[in-house]
Formats: sequence, structure tokens, C-alpha cells
Amino acid sequence: MDGIHDLGGMDGFGRIDAEPDEPVFHAAWEGRVMAMQRAMMYAGAWNIDMLRYAQERLPPRVYLGVSYYERWTLATESSVVERGCGDSDELAAGHALRPGRPLARTLTAAAVAEGLIRGGFERAAPGPARFAPGDRVRAKNIHPPTHTRLPRYARGHVGTVERLHGCHVFPDTAAIDRGEDPQWLYTVRFDGPELWGPDSDPTVSVSIEAFEPYLEPAPDHS
Amino acid sequence: MAEHDHDHSGEHGSELSAMQLRVRALETVLTEKGYVDPAALDAIVEAYETKVGPHIGARVVARAWVDPDFKRALLDDASKATGTLTLANPAGDHLVAVANTPTLHNMVVCTLCSCYPWDMLGLPPVWYKSAPYRSRAVKDPRGVLADFGVALPPSTAIRVWDSTAETRFIVVPMRPPGTEGWNEERLAALVTRDSMIGTGLAKNPAAVA
Repeated sequence: MDGIHDLGGMDGFGRIDAEPDEPVFHAAWEGRVMAMQRAMMYAGAWNIDMLRYAQERLPPRVYLGVSYYERWTLATESSVVERGCGDSDELAAGHALRPGRPLARTLTAAAVAEGLIRGGFERAAPGPARFAPGDRVRAKNIHPPTHTRLPRYARGHVGTVERLHGCHVFPDTAAIDRGEDPQWLYTVRFDGPELWGPDSDPTVSVSIEAFEPYLEPAPDHS
Repeated sequence: MAEHDHDHSGEHGSELSAMQLRVRALETVLTEKGYVDPAALDAIVEAYETKVGPHIGARVVARAWVDPDFKRALLDDASKATGTLTLANPAGDHLVAVANTPTLHNMVVCTLCSCYPWDMLGLPPVWYKSAPYRSRAVKDPRGVLADFGVALPPSTAIRVWDSTAETRFIVVPMRPPGTEGWNEERLAALVTRDSMIGTGLAKNPAAVA
């Protein structure tokens, strides 16, 4: 979706304000909501792409207006309801009012060390890769109304395939519960002026991690 | 963290914020349904507060500085190479290490959300997840560096890595001059979090002398 989360290249947000000696969490509840997300994903209630999509669907003024972990809280609440793990009356009451649907497993304290190891997203390839390192490709001009990981600033632009990462879970389908549909994943590098115009800094280049359905062969003249 | 100071005890007499109440309601519902175990949540929070952080990535960088074979292996397959070290937290899949050189500076961003190499650096700082950084890093990386007080020679190329998939990136900053003969432990103290994101450089040895 062409949402407010897709911030790359926008102007007007001001300078970067780095906090010296920043604590890991600014309030205890931030850690709780982060941990709940980890535990619910471990349990199989939803996946990482669903978490992202839940945030992207927040109203733009909310997305920009609340803190990072407030956004996670709002996304957790909506995911609980959407994924059949609870209802809004229960969240309002602060207690379970009925049993939830069974989930695959529960993260225990003893399993946390193992549960925090980042899982793999690579899957068996359904077919050969369409592109190879060195190929010139164009990011498609697509505007899916649901979750995608192709940022707007890259769409329509021509770059070079640098790396092939194997076949990975496709976020566009995983986010909307349509399965993993594994796709080849590439690092594609764009020259700065290709993205930002001939007056932009020629020493800059930007890469994205692009799934094969986001790409098409570059036209011959490019 | 102290036992449940986030929750049912220790906050009597102080007014609970709206967010505290909201998150407590969420945790209670999920716990009563058997989906989450509060003790597991405690352990997750504790891990990110005390065990997993930029000191892990700093060790990896310091090793790369002293051991060319390790550096080659790291740049080739960082998940595999970091697996050979004894780290507090094993690196997950699809970690990619990219090295700065006198002619190339790397910077990592996630324009779409907040993807970050948690296994190597812990949880990201607020600025990394903020609209100013996410919007500008891909378009004006030199301006971003200026906000961090870093000025590179105009001829140094800047490569920005937008973490749009599950690959995760860590920058291997350049080893500062004047550190010849230093051991890994001393070198690791020069490796800042920001230098591994690409918004900073490794510390000057004089800064830690």
C-alpha cells in the first residue's frame, strides 16, 4: 500500500535527534509490548509481515504522531482481534472473557534463549532465478493496495543486480495470510541520480532488497 | 530487571500512564488465554536490556580488523562467520557485513519500518526508527552524516543499504590509525553502535586512552 510508512525520500521531517546514552526502553511497558510481540510470533499467532502491515494500516496522523512502541501496541491490539486471539471487549475489560483459539506453542522462560534466535526465511526454490548478478533490471511501477516491500522511491527506476540471496518468504502474500509463496531475493543497486535526479549527489548509491516479482528486465537503451 | 516492577507491584501511589494501563490489559488478556507466559516476557526484556547489544557487533568488527581470513569469511557470509565466534547471542540468518574503505562509506537504514541487526546490535535507538532518519538516509546521506557530526571527503562514495527484506546489514568501519598492535578487546572499545550502522566512524584511539 502507498502508506505513510513508506518514508524514503520524503522531505520536511527535520534533523535527526540522537539521544545520548539512550536507554534500551524509555518505560517498562515498551519492553512488555516488544516481548509480547516476540512471544505471539513464536506462538504462530501472526508473522512479522502481518505485524508490519498492521502498523502500515494505522491512520497516517496516528502513525506519525505516536511513539514507536505505541505503534507496536496499537498493532498488537489490532492483530489480536484480526487473528482471532481476542476481542475488543476483552482488551477494554483487561481480562479474557472467553477462550482464545489454540496456538501452535507457548514461549516459556526456559525456551527464550532459543526462541530469540532469528529464524530463517529462505525456502526451497520453485524454479530457476530469472536474474543474475550484473543484470540491469527495472523496479516495476506497481502499487499493490496491500503490504509490499518495494519502496515507492525505487519504482520505475533502473538498477543493477548485485547479489542473489536465495528464495525467501514473500512478504506480499505472507502479510495477508496467503502463504509463503517463496520468491528469489536480490540486492539491487541504484545510482543516486537515477533515483533523485541529475542534480543529486553522484557519489551516492542506494540498494534495496528486491523480490523477483518486483523486477523486470531493464529496457535495452537504459 | 527487578521482579515485575513493570506491573502489579512497585507502582502503588503513582499514577499509571494510559500506555501502562493499555499494555497491562493486553498482557493480562494474552496471559489468561495461555498465549504468553509473563516469566518468558521478563526473560526477553532482560535479554535485550543486559545481554544483547552493540558489544556483540563490536567484537565481530574487532576480530575482522585483526584477522584478514575472518574478515574475508565475514564479508562472504556473515551469519556463518559470526557463528564461529562464541557470542552471547548467535547470529540469525541472512546477516550481511559490508566494509568501509577509504573510498566507500556504507550506511544502513530501513525506510519502510525498523529492520535492524538485533542479533549484533541489540534493539535500535529511537532515531533509527524515526521519520527524519528513514526519510533522509536514502536521499541525503551526507546531510544525515552531518547531523551526526561526520564529514567525509566529497570524493568518498556513499552506499546506502535499505533493509527492505529479511537480510540484515552490519557495517565494518575502518580501523582507526594509531591502533597498531592493539588486541581485540582494546579495539572493540573503539567500535561504536553508530559506526556499525554507518552514521558514525570508529572512535579515535585518543578518545579512549
